[in-house]
Amino acid sequence: MTTASSADHPTRRDFLFVATGAVAAVGGAATLVPFISQMNPDASTIAAGAPIEVDLAPIAEGQDIKVFWRGKPIFISHRTKKQIDEARKVPVASLPDPQSDEARVKPGKDQWLVVIGICTHLGCIPIAHEGQYDGFFCPCHGSQYDTSGRIRSGPAPTNLPVPPYQFVSDTKIQIG
Amino acid sequence: MSGPSDYQPTNPALKWIERRLPILGLMHSSFVAYPTPRNLNYWWTFGAILSMMLGVQIITGVILAMHYTPHVDMAFKSVESIVRDVNYGWLLRNMHATGASMFFVAVYVHMFRGLYYGSYKEPREILWILGVIIYLLMMATGFMGYVLPWGQMSFWGATVITNLFSAIPYVGDSIVTLLWGGYSVGNPTLNRFFSLHYLLPFVIAGVVVLHVWALHVAGQNNPAGVEPKTEKDTVPFTPYATMKDAFGVSCFMLFFAWFIFYMPNYLGEADNYIPANPGVTPAHIVPEWYYLPFYAILRSIPNKLAGVVAMFGAILVLAFLPWLDTARTKSSKYRPLAKQFFWIFVVVCVLLGWLGAKPAEGIYVIAGRVLTFCYFAYFLIVLPLLSRIEKPRPVPNSIADDVLAKAGKSAPMVSSVIALAVAGALFAGSAPSARAAEGQAAPPSQKWSFAGPFGKFDRGAMQRGLKVYKEVCASCHGLSYIAFRNLADPGGPGFSVAQSAAFASEYKVKDGPNDAGDMFERPGRPADYFPSPFPNEQAARAANGGALPPDLSLITKARSYPRGFPMFVVDLFTQFQEQGPNYVSGLLQGYEEKPPAGFTLPEGSSYNKYFPGHAIKMPNPLSDGQVTYDDGSPATVAQYAKDVTTFLMWTAEPHMEARKKLGLQVFVFLILLTGLLYFTKKKIWADAH
Repeated sequence: MTTASSADHPTRRDFLFVATGAVAAVGGAATLVPFISQMNPDASTIAAGAPIEVDLAPIAEGQDIKVFWRGKPIFISHRTKKQIDEARKVPVASLPDPQSDEARVKPGKDQWLVVIGICTHLGCIPIAHEGQYDGFFCPCHGSQYDTSGRIRSGPAPTNLPVPPYQFVSDTKIQIG
Repeated sequence: MSGPSDYQPTNPALKWIERRLPILGLMHSSFVAYPTPRNLNYWWTFGAILSMMLGVQIITGVILAMHYTPHVDMAFKSVESIVRDVNYGWLLRNMHATGASMFFVAVYVHMFRGLYYGSYKEPREILWILGVIIYLLMMATGFMGYVLPWGQMSFWGATVITNLFSAIPYVGDSIVTLLWGGYSVGNPTLNRFFSLHYLLPFVIAGVVVLHVWALHVAGQNNPAGVEPKTEKDTVPFTPYATMKDAFGVSCFMLFFAWFIFYMPNYLGEADNYIPANPGVTPAHIVPEWYYLPFYAILRSIPNKLAGVVAMFGAILVLAFLPWLDTARTKSSKYRPLAKQFFWIFVVVCVLLGWLGAKPAEGIYVIAGRVLTFCYFAYFLIVLPLLSRIEKPRPVPNSIADDVLAKAGKSAPMVSSVIALAVAGALFAGSAPSARAAEGQAAPPSQKWSFAGPFGKFDRGAMQRGLKVYKEVCASCHGLSYIAFRNLADPGGPGFSVAQSAAFASEYKVKDGPNDAGDMFERPGRPADYFPSPFPNEQAARAANGGALPPDLSLITKARSYPRGFPMFVVDLFTQFQEQGPNYVSGLLQGYEEKPPAGFTLPEGSSYNKYFPGHAIKMPNPLSDGQVTYDDGSPATVAQYAKDVTTFLMWTAEPHMEARKKLGLQVFVFLILLTGLLYFTKKKIWADAH
């Protein structure tokens, strides 16, 4: 029996049992790697998540469009002067998730708001141009976002995130 | 044997549970205190090995089902994307596909062990019958699993096996329609086979619980075939049997890993790398090796109904074994005649397996009939007769006496070696393909950089091969399973990410629809796949004189040729897997200007030494100097053939280098573990002797 020898006097037999058990345990743990790793996105899914380019030219002022990147809806809004002013008037410190509008757009491109259109509460898609703040309203649990996509009221904890993007020309952005 | 447990947990939480659900006591009495005969040899570890294999198949199968699509248009492709794109998908698929074969290797050893030692005799009849039921369920599960990849063998295996039921008088055709869910094997068939293939392993697991239950009521049989009488005859299951089983399982994993990492396609058929085509039956269809003996019995009988009855009868007769063999002595060790007939029966089964892989013609048919008679005669004539006329040798008084009698002889190690040898021989007898070589010369074996356990692709050859493909083959042949991004994958042609993107942008890829609803062309991206030269099969045929140029992604795995006896046995040890590359490269160099005298070449065909039937629609594609190499390699047909074949071997198995590398690590580990388990087992058993 494995417990036959006393713990005070480790023997060669104890060493053998411990070594065998340890090697078996290492093998068992290593075996788990492929079985868990297979759940991660596969190579084709990762390749399909490459950056996309979006042409902004057709979007008129006050209009917004929805594009998909990595399966997520990205809202691109061409904001009016009024919307930009609304977003900048608000004292930043009074916001639930304080962030200035300038930090959420690219410098010199104040009219373009690009956000991931997924409510930070539980993942529903907010509706544009609705709610008290002329921004986004989430129909699931009533979260309201302003014209900068910042959370103003409701259960959502944070602002709509800004995806990584850059302007490749005056009227074209690359998301990702 | 296992009485009420005297297990008393000391931990208060465990006590609380045990009073309400005595599951720990059940485990303790079944797998710890359970008395096991002390004279069991290594043949008895196959029970544990089978439990492990069932677990491996269920776990890998559940995972594969997460990535597989049971639809006729997508099944084949989804299996390829598992192997190519899913993390470790190639490993999981190899484990599951070769695991099925390993499961059958183990079950056949287990069954022959039961047959030799009379493990079906009183009081173990139900235990045995449950085993026969498990075996039947395994066959059904294995068959339906083989259908899922939806290759040519899958499709035609499904067609042939379901058609067996059409032999039933009056209702046969209705039953076949019911099985198909249509007028032929099609999408409904695939869907239901997938569903049942997922269900049946859990049914097997349930029957295994009954099997183990029955085993623990009757107690294990043992090589002496005498029941344990006193404490001295048994040892507790843990640690004695547990450690011995662990060692046996570890040895078996070494055997298993050989196939997973080094011979994953040895037990399969090259034709199953061709997508299912309901219009063309492969020239020689054979079932998986584990069905071959029964397939031989089916074919040896010239009447449809009688053949089907004989085939199922060959399995069902096993269930009646306890009443066919009524000899009182259990173990063949003490039955001089039964022992000889047992080994003759083993040989008959192996030969039937070999015949099952041969074309049903000439001498093979006659041999098949003789062996079918021998198979049934063993159960229906020999065993009942032996029970009456054989004079058995005296059996030992007790298991303890049996152990003492053979102390000094080191039987266990020897028998485990024999176990592996017999398992190997079983393969050898039945595994190889049945493709007949109708006037087809085997292409010469070449030296490939990727052959053998340490094989790696030659990057230079792959890059040149890609050039040959692009400039020559791509005008007719697609490469639709390869994306441009793959060119930058580790183990691939060694492109950088930027190089693969630049290569992709040279191609025009159809995309859309755009906002106006129109399809448009754009430069290729790394995520795009190589565009096919023809929009559909009809266009491809129309442009090629009626012949369809096959997609080349899998061509080096989808083509093969028979190696013949004894080479295929040698291949098992030398890891020879390069029939496909030899064939592709041979074919490219096998064109002859003039066919040999007496051979009439059909209009629009060329003569090729290595093409089956010799008349090939593809004109000689390569000539010296046709493709310019920038690295100074000779611009000859031989070099082009070698390079493009190397490239196509990579497209057929992009993760081959990862497979062989991980294989080496696994082998080092398993050898270490097996060694440690051997010494641990020896130390523990030192107390028992």
